[in-house]
Amino acid sequence: MELTRRDATAALAAVGATGGIALAARREADGPGAESGEADRDGADPGTEAGGALSDDDTVRAAMIAVATVVYPEEVEGVEGFVDEFLDGRLDGSAHASGVRAAVGELDGAARSWHGAPVAELPESDRDRLLREVGADTADENPDGTLAERVRYYVVNELLLALYASPTGGELVGLENPQGHPGGTESYRRGPR
Amino acid sequence: MSAGDARGGETERAAVRDVDRSAVENADVCVVGAGPAGALVADRLAADREVVVLDAGPRFDPEDRLARQERAIRPSRDRPDVWDVGGDRDAHANSGEWFYPLNHARVKGIGGSTLHWQGMVMRLHEDDFASGTERGVGPDWPIDYADLRPYYAEAERELGVAGASDNPYAPPREEPHPMPAFEPSHSDSLFAEACEELGLDMHSVPNARNSEPYDGRSPCVGYGTCQPVCPAGAKYDATVHVERAEEKGATVIDRAPVQRLEHDADRVTAAVYATPDGEERRQTADAFVVACGGVETPRLLLLSESEAYPDGLANSSGAVGKFFMDHLFAGVGGTLDEPTRQNHVGFYTSACDQFYDEADEEVGPFKLEFLNYAGPSPVEEALTGDDWGDDLLERLRDGYGTHVAMGGLVEQLPRSDSYIGLDPDRTDDRGNPVPEVHWNVGDRALRTIERANEIQRAVLEELGAEIEWVAGPDATGPAYHHMGTTRMSADPDAGVVDADCRTHDLDNCWIASSSVFPTGGAMNPTLTIAALALRVADDVRERL
Ligand SMILES: Cc1cc2nc3c(=O)[nH]c(=O)nc-3n(C[C@H](O)[C@H](O)[C@H](O)COP(=O)(O)OP(=O)(O)OC[C@H]3O[C@@H](n4cnc5c(N)ncnc54)[C@H](O)[C@@H]3O)c2cc1C
Ligand code: SF4
Repeated sequence: MELTRRDATAALAAVGATGGIALAARREADGPGAESGEADRDGADPGTEAGGALSDDDTVRAAMIAVATVVYPEEVEGVEGFVDEFLDGRLDGSAHASGVRAAVGELDGAARSWHGAPVAELPESDRDRLLREVGADTADENPDGTLAERVRYYVVNELLLALYASPTGGELVGLENPQGHPGGTESYRRGPR
Repeated sequence: MSAGDARGGETERAAVRDVDRSAVENADVCVVGAGPAGALVADRLAADREVVVLDAGPRFDPEDRLARQERAIRPSRDRPDVWDVGGDRDAHANSGEWFYPLNHARVKGIGGSTLHWQGMVMRLHEDDFASGTERGVGPDWPIDYADLRPYYAEAERELGVAGASDNPYAPPREEPHPMPAFEPSHSDSLFAEACEELGLDMHSVPNARNSEPYDGRSPCVGYGTCQPVCPAGAKYDATVHVERAEEKGATVIDRAPVQRLEHDADRVTAAVYATPDGEERRQTADAFVVACGGVETPRLLLLSESEAYPDGLANSSGAVGKFFMDHLFAGVGGTLDEPTRQNHVGFYTSACDQFYDEADEEVGPFKLEFLNYAGPSPVEEALTGDDWGDDLLERLRDGYGTHVAMGGLVEQLPRSDSYIGLDPDRTDDRGNPVPEVHWNVGDRALRTIERANEIQRAVLEELGAEIEWVAGPDATGPAYHHMGTTRMSADPDAGVVDADCRTHDLDNCWIASSSVFPTGGAMNPTLTIAALALRVADDVRERL
């Protein structure tokens, strides 16, 4: 099944380009309800926590596309264009975008030390192995967690969310109007085709 | 930290700093709480009265709704996170036989809990107003259906309700709903065959959700995340009436939790509220309408105790906080061997009220719902699990497609051992004792759940479903409808407010909330809250 421009737009419509979002997220432990003035302290750039350089956007895009080919099913086509366009909306100045950049940077670091090249240059089987070596397969997503949990949140689930909230991703499962996609009020009434 | 945005935080901080939160001089009416109850009162009075609304929570930016939707889908986020509920501000205690997840059950901020709600809006039945007389249990209301009937019609217009007159069990109505009902779903058509075999009547349900453009708001576009957030604004929420009230001149102050109501023997004189700068301010007014929801309303009265009212303001009857009720959920779900097309939209389109008025002493009223969102949502499932690629797709395909489920709500009776109190051992972010939820349910509600389960099971069996789960008496939970805690009674010794929702003790203080319900029925409460709020506004105007 072919992923289209419409899918990328739809995925962004579902989860929102992060740009301009005033969600000053709080650390779970603090719980919300604190005055928002405190909140943006927690909104500190996660890149700094990673202690490493943020990857530049071309590297991030290449790595995300490389990971997408692993975590997306074989039968979807057009992955590169889809991911690229989705990231157009997501890689902005937000803390979330920095989180993506930082997680990709760390994943690339691990790829270099364990497999001798950044993610985008590894063969597909090594990319799959790398993600499992990092622990992203068994980790629960957590934007503040361990490397495994952050890779799960910012890389693996970021991509899965984009795919399965899009009409084509939904259709793969048999649900052409998935949650998060404004697919109208006809489809719920239709019987199976 | 997650999908946050440092720039956003900056903007928000500026908003907190720059907003003028001073009290308004010469206010006629001070409304405490900007959920649907407070918002409707404010909107109705704002054109010709000086109205101030104080709300404990923030003004949420509509631009953030998609990000909140992402929170609803992401497994790392809890439901209360979607609308920033939790933390010290919202701390509470649980001491009853039944655990109550209070922070799943409310939102604080402009719009109140309707930001999160499902938006199902039914009228109570005639017998619900006379439970003692008609069913032999519980008190009668001091008003009846006829008193509220014109206000119900108005409330349906205000909220924007899509509905049809095909329900033979609904109470009498004189005019159609403002919008046509949503058409039945594919799974409704499967249920219809089974119901026909069993002699059950299916009918449409009223939704506070636009089936066509209404009032300048979008029709439903099928995001399917109605609960906890509708990014399209097609689901009604009370920001609609807050904005309208502001256009008419009302002043709405966010992040202004009222700490206590100052009073003399028979009048409230000021609402003392805190602001983010750490100050306390005093809002005076001729009339006060408390609309803080069914938990914070009694809490505010209890926090306002004085020498004149040592057990809490307006509490000469001793009923403040008592008789806490909710509706309980009853459900059965399973799978068929054919596609059921679930999770396209986040609301249901068919119900069965056939058994509602059979209620008596032993078994309470209940309503039955045919769900359109049974089984897992694939996008949420995709984000959990140890697999990806083809394995994940296979799991999603196995998990999605053939689920069906019925839900339902049942009434619980008011009990004096089910109450909202103050926990002496714990304080909130402002140093006030937190609410103590002491929720007890009673056997009649549990029998009613069993009765609902019997019918639900019969329908699923008739459908040929393999039953996978039952939400029975042991696995039920609350529907997040907080009722009963400042009950209405004509007798000042038996209730907190009179038939006009004005407190017996204080001449210029009204309560607009499901906290005034003497009994709960089994219909979602908010249409009745809205009707009562409009009626409160009329009474305030008359007496001012
Ligand atoms: C998940 C969920 C689903 C629901 N689904 C439905 C449904 O389908 N149908 C239905 O009828 N109902 C539903 N409800 C219930 C519905 O949301 C409530 O009945 C309704 O919002 C109550 O309106 P209210 O104005 O009385 O209180 P709320 O909406 O709770 O608003 C109260 C406001 O008061 C403010 N406040 C509290 N204390 C103070 C204080 N001390 N000072 C200043 N402000 C204060 C709060 O910040 C809040 O904004 C649902 C609720 C939830 C949580
Ligand atoms: S399905 Fe729900 S969330 Fe989506 S547009 Fe309709 S009302 Fe809003």
